[in-house]
Amino acid sequence: MAYVPLADQDDAHALHDPQSFVTKYIWSQDHKVIAIQYGGVAIFVGLIALGLSIIMRLQLGFPDTVSFIDPAFYYQAVTMHGMIMVIYLLTALFLGGFGNYLIPLMCGTRDMVFPFLNMLSFWFYLLSVLVLLASFFIPGGPTGAGWTLYAPQSISMGTPGYEGGILFMLISLAIFIVAFTMGGLNYVTTILQARTRGLTLMRLPLSIWGIFTATVLGLFAFPALLVSAIMLGFDLVLGTSFFMPAMMELGEQSSYDGGSPILFQHLFWFFGHPEVYIVALPAFGLVSDVISTHARKNIFGYRMMVWAIIAIGGLSFMVWAHHMYVSGMNPYFGFFFATTTLIIAVPTALKVYNWVLTLWQGNIRLNTPMLFAIGFIFTFVHGGLTGLFLGNVIIDIPLADTYFVVAHFHMVMGVSPVLVLFAALYHWYPKVTGRMFNETLGKVHFWCTFLGTYAIYLPMHYLGFLGMPRRYFEMGSTDFVPASAQALNANITLAAIFVAVAQILFFVNIFWSLRKGDKASGNPWGATTLEWQTPDTPPKHGSWGDELPSVYRWAYDYSVPGHKEDFIPQNEPGEEYEKTHHTSGGHA
Amino acid sequence: MSHSSTLAEAGNNQDGLSGLVKDWSTDKQTYHVPWGKAMMWIFLVSDTFIFSCFLVGYMTVRVSTTDPWPLATEVFALSFFGSDPIPLILIALMTFVLITSSGTMALAVNYGYRRDRKKTVLLMIATAALGATFVGMQAFEWSKLIGYGVRPWSNPWGAPQFGSVFYMVTGFHGLHVSAGVIYLLLVARKVWRGDYEKKGYEIVEITGLYWHFVDLVWVFIFAFFYLL
Repeated sequence: MAYVPLADQDDAHALHDPQSFVTKYIWSQDHKVIAIQYGGVAIFVGLIALGLSIIMRLQLGFPDTVSFIDPAFYYQAVTMHGMIMVIYLLTALFLGGFGNYLIPLMCGTRDMVFPFLNMLSFWFYLLSVLVLLASFFIPGGPTGAGWTLYAPQSISMGTPGYEGGILFMLISLAIFIVAFTMGGLNYVTTILQARTRGLTLMRLPLSIWGIFTATVLGLFAFPALLVSAIMLGFDLVLGTSFFMPAMMELGEQSSYDGGSPILFQHLFWFFGHPEVYIVALPAFGLVSDVISTHARKNIFGYRMMVWAIIAIGGLSFMVWAHHMYVSGMNPYFGFFFATTTLIIAVPTALKVYNWVLTLWQGNIRLNTPMLFAIGFIFTFVHGGLTGLFLGNVIIDIPLADTYFVVAHFHMVMGVSPVLVLFAALYHWYPKVTGRMFNETLGKVHFWCTFLGTYAIYLPMHYLGFLGMPRRYFEMGSTDFVPASAQALNANITLAAIFVAVAQILFFVNIFWSLRKGDKASGNPWGATTLEWQTPDTPPKHGSWGDELPSVYRWAYDYSVPGHKEDFIPQNEPGEEYEKTHHTSGGHA
Repeated sequence: MSHSSTLAEAGNNQDGLSGLVKDWSTDKQTYHVPWGKAMMWIFLVSDTFIFSCFLVGYMTVRVSTTDPWPLATEVFALSFFGSDPIPLILIALMTFVLITSSGTMALAVNYGYRRDRKKTVLLMIATAALGATFVGMQAFEWSKLIGYGVRPWSNPWGAPQFGSVFYMVTGFHGLHVSAGVIYLLLVARKVWRGDYEKKGYEIVEITGLYWHFVDLVWVFIFAFFYLL
């Protein structure tokens, strides 16, 4: 029997509308519902991680004033903040949330290729979150090993959470990886195999390219985390010595012998560095679409943007040991990894130039999503430049494990992706809910967040230059850190509390607008991509009504001369402007 | 179906680079295969990374440990009826069984596409039986080693990592084989019931992809654990 592609299959009996409340909203296989479920859980744990960061900042800014913060709790807060933010918030929200929502809509298909697996993906994710949160309520509490979980320290006596928190963490990570794999296989297969008529890969919006490449990275990088979690778990539970050298523990020779701590670091960072791009690439993609839409101008250099995403994805597997310059590995490795690290700056800088050139002479609409997108360009350039410093071995060695590093990675993969998340949440909010959000509140939220994060992280660079070490509970009597550093730390804490409180504006806005916001039209931004062309807003189950859309052009036909509107949807028949008038990229 | 041809006009027969470019530049779908098959391939690549990480971890601990590594020829020898121990005999048999199961699987795929349900089901059950035999022999080998005093944390001959990686990697592979046996039986049952008469029998090939992958992984484990 001949195999028929999805876009050619008969639509009539492909749809089965769920009838009951439970199948519609809880055990739902609809990608849009799953996306909202993913998003809700991710934002919920993200808030917990935000709270933990405030606990850390209280201790750092005002040492010994809050009685319940002891060293153990401080380290637990550091660890859980990092792990939750990187994996359970950013990865889950970009791929599980936006990936789920946008892939089928932007690809013009009715759903993911395997909706049941997609549903399982969410429930496994929820389970991993529950296991992680359960570790707060067990004797000894969650692990305090730092989010990198370096062996031997993470499973040695004296580390907070040694009694069980670390095991919960490892189990939770393993469940998360299973969840991600089930979702990720769906995303990749859907993008490759289930696009609608006329939608070639080179007509895909950059959002899809970013999500696609990040998912592929995840499928290849998470195995390393799974393996290191299994091996670390065996070291802990069975007493194997994969990562554990012979050492003294509480004055006695431990039972471990001959393991390799460096192996753990290699495995962890073979996952950990691609993970940075698992978070960054979807952000690159989403922000490209937001910028292009609100600048009313085609994205500059579309093909180069796609190839840059792919190049960054490929290179991200060759740079992991730049996290390990001070680990004692072979110095020649350092030379190699410094070179590859600096090479990554080329495609990354290309993307930044292209965003800026997209804005150049555009008809920029400074609404909330656009403000967040432009704010992202600032923070990302900022964090990227400090990355060039840290990528060099000779500069990294004095700066390693100082607040300079903290400032760097928070700017580049903390603040930047979060700004894109807000841009994207505001941008797609009218499509998801059918309501407009409040612009004024959104703008106030942007300025508080954007300026507030600079107030937090700019001074940290300076603290890093002073040599202030990261992850310390207290500074103690160190001569090289002047007393004025404490005043700076107190200010950072106040800024952090301010930013955290400012997020209330976001929640007030989205919940208030859900009921009281103006009704949104199907395409309030005048965007070209398919998700804005659905017959209903919010899209119903199956999204496309009677017939799947056909695509006739790329995703960026904005401000085409001679056209009555300043955008041409992808599904509007006619001449493809970019392909016929320009050989590559946009025009200036 | 007015739109049934893709933009790049049916370019599936082209070889080499131009065929690749055609595949990747067309609309609708990149590869002319069902979703399940594309997904299985992607999953297997991901799974390859898992086994690669395990094997790299094994190589690293083997060179980094300070204690001597036990000799495979002595550890994995077996004597029959009081004969001298024959090195690697059990492993040779296990490998033979698993490779044979790949043969029966390939035949099952063939008969599936010919829509010969009875032969397909029989061959799939044979494959599952060979797989179960493999797991049984592995359990026997584990019990022998446990009898010698090999534990995940120590063993009588030297580096404690020997037992750790051995149980971990062969165990992880054994889990894959066991899952494959269950998967084969489930699919065989549905083939028997005729569930795929309308959809076609690609599912047998997809199951086969997984099964051949598990065999291929075994070849590497065999080489790295028993021959080196």
